[in-house]
Amino acid sequence: MIVFERPHALIDVPLHYCPGCTHGIVHRLVAEVIDELGIEGNTIGIAPVGCSVMAYDYFNCDMIEAAHGRAPAVATGVKRADPSKFVFTYQGDGDLASIGMAETVHAAARNENISIVFINNAIYGMTGGQMAPTSLPGQVTQTSPYGRDPKLCGYPIKVCEMLSQVDGAEYLERVAVNNVRNIRNAKKAIKKAFQNQLDGKGFSLVEVLSSCPTNWGLTPQNALKWIDEKMIPYYPLGVYKDRSAEEAAK
Amino acid sequence: MSTTQFLFAGFGGQGILFSGKFTAYKGLIDGKHVSWLPSYGPEMRGGTANCSVIISDDPVGSPIVSHPDVLIAMNLPSLDRYEDAVVPGGIIFVDSSLIERKVKRTDVTVKYIPATQLASDNGLTTLANMIIMGSILKETGGYDEASIDAALAKVVSARHADLLQYNKKALSIGAEY
Amino acid sequence: MADKVLMKGNEAIAEAAITAGCRFYFGYPITPQTEIAAYMAKRMPKIGGTFLQAESEIAAINMVYGVASAGKRVMTSSSSPGISLKGEGISYMAGSDLPGLIVNVQRGGPGLGGIQPSQSDYFQATRGGGHGDYHLIVLAPASVQEMADLTIKGFELADKYRMMTMILADGTMGQMMEPVSLDFDIKPEPEKPWATTGTQMKRPHNIINSLSLVPEELEQQNFRRYEKYAEIEKNEVMYEEYMMDDAQIAIAAFGIAARVSKNAVNEARSKGIKAGMIRPITLWPFPKEPFMKAAEHVKQFISVELSMGQMIEDVQLAEQCRRPVTLCKRAGGMIPSPEMVLAAIEEAAENGGAL
Repeated sequence: MIVFERPHALIDVPLHYCPGCTHGIVHRLVAEVIDELGIEGNTIGIAPVGCSVMAYDYFNCDMIEAAHGRAPAVATGVKRADPSKFVFTYQGDGDLASIGMAETVHAAARNENISIVFINNAIYGMTGGQMAPTSLPGQVTQTSPYGRDPKLCGYPIKVCEMLSQVDGAEYLERVAVNNVRNIRNAKKAIKKAFQNQLDGKGFSLVEVLSSCPTNWGLTPQNALKWIDEKMIPYYPLGVYKDRSAEEAAK
Repeated sequence: MSTTQFLFAGFGGQGILFSGKFTAYKGLIDGKHVSWLPSYGPEMRGGTANCSVIISDDPVGSPIVSHPDVLIAMNLPSLDRYEDAVVPGGIIFVDSSLIERKVKRTDVTVKYIPATQLASDNGLTTLANMIIMGSILKETGGYDEASIDAALAKVVSARHADLLQYNKKALSIGAEY
Repeated sequence: MADKVLMKGNEAIAEAAITAGCRFYFGYPITPQTEIAAYMAKRMPKIGGTFLQAESEIAAINMVYGVASAGKRVMTSSSSPGISLKGEGISYMAGSDLPGLIVNVQRGGPGLGGIQPSQSDYFQATRGGGHGDYHLIVLAPASVQEMADLTIKGFELADKYRMMTMILADGTMGQMMEPVSLDFDIKPEPEKPWATTGTQMKRPHNIINSLSLVPEELEQQNFRRYEKYAEIEKNEVMYEEYMMDDAQIAIAAFGIAARVSKNAVNEARSKGIKAGMIRPITLWPFPKEPFMKAAEHVKQFISVELSMGQMIEDVQLAEQCRRPVTLCKRAGGMIPSPEMVLAAIEEAAENGGAL
């Protein structure tokens, strides 16, 4: 009896991510959902610029590498070119909430029928640990060496809260991948976001609170604890918008 | 070989571009080479508008009319600006209900037509441009019913087909003035 | 000519694109090219196509990137400042070998500049415009008919070579109306087996990508791309020669500058000056051969431009500095008059002893 195997949608190659990084977990969740929905052959994934830039080498479906922040615009093009295809983007916080903010908000406003997996680890990982739009107040990074001072560089952007004010958005949920229970919830949320697209419901985004032990300067275990102790209080988990459910409840 | 260069000039809203378009279409229907070039941009919104039209037996080179054979001045600033540019022996059409002064040039033909007044007297308020057009066609030998009808059909959209008769009336008023 | 219709250059581009099978247009409003967007907004929904006003030029070019990745014909259009914004996406499309059509109806710059016609994006267009080693095929129409014809040609070349084609027009070309025949012979679109359309579980996954972290591999990619460019330089050069057979003074001009110069050449000929004109239609690849050939009998070249002198460098490179090349220019949205060009020809004729 097989109790554990690699999802088909994930290619059997070593990932380049650092030890303890949760990108691998989220990749696996996405791949499992693609397998379970049976959509691999009809899926086009879009990788960002950031740590997950090479996600195109890891997913078995057709993949596109987009310019920094532009994945929602590229996804718009792919989806409009053939609405019968399944299109997802996989983006980090710098990509989605800083340089690509306009593309994100307007894809939501248009209710583009795409699914976004948004990795929030409160730091720029690939370039070596600079302040992200989601870095916490007081958080020490390479470009906020004395701690993020909101007076100097503003407050973190709460993506789910912000997008929940956009009429076009269908579904927004924030999850975390720092323990088994949260990982299970994360998979459920990703599956719902993907199913929404298959059902034609529109713009669905799952924000995943993730760890970056390397750039946070913490051990993998302590990094997972940091999510609990620092990130979740600032970025509460939960469903921020579920238009279909809200309408059904009326 | 023969080439006629028209410059239509006036305020935005006087139908300057429409007159130009009609002239260009009529040239096309008459089997000529034609070009039409408007001024464009924010100055079009209620400010000055002008448009260059060239009708030629040969392919049109530069579409920009800087020395018109025919100047249509629908307001004073246009006459002030372009009077000196007209080629010697050219024609200037002046809407004399809006321009009180006379043309200073003595080496050009001038037609004064109180087009805005005539339009208003005949219940054709927005068609002063076509009244002048009637005069242009008469003076330049292009008053040919068949090609006028064909050109009007091109520039007056089908959903405004009821306006065709008013345009034709305006043309005839201008031609007879 | 009764089968022809009067159309603005911008509208002719839009209609020709639709005729070429383009069903996807993404853009952002900017003068003097907005008629293209307006035309597409009206027509696309009626023919099952997509018109989308993007949130920015940057988003628009990335939507183009998406549709091109999906293997469909796609275009965007803008004017100078907007093209700068698209520069990033254009470079990515070059690096990912994606076909598409981009229209630049130029206006005066730099910066926000003005809205009147200009040719001052010549360097940007012919040298790439974005970062990295790459070219676009750059087509320069000089009539409304060519706005349409070169749009069709642009899509064909883009698909043939898997790269972007740019129509480099200007405010005059976009705004003017001329009779145009829309009767085109459209070749079937080539297959695009590289497109990301879903594996259907029947083939390895396709990847559209411009990232390559191994310099040896990235170098090879660049080499291959430049082999393709060499093919294009061999096969796709287009130009028009006007009265060049015995010309002693030769104008080099494209687009509206060529239209103006034609008047001046005619006028010079009527005065007994042996003037002619070479009009590049492809600005990249630049037509070197006619200039080299002309250098045998031409005493002087005059580059007529709506810029501070950009194409003049390509003219000098093309004729390898065998004859002097002077510049006749207006800038910032001004257009040289035929009289100004004629004066330049007459001056050249006097100084060069060309009579």
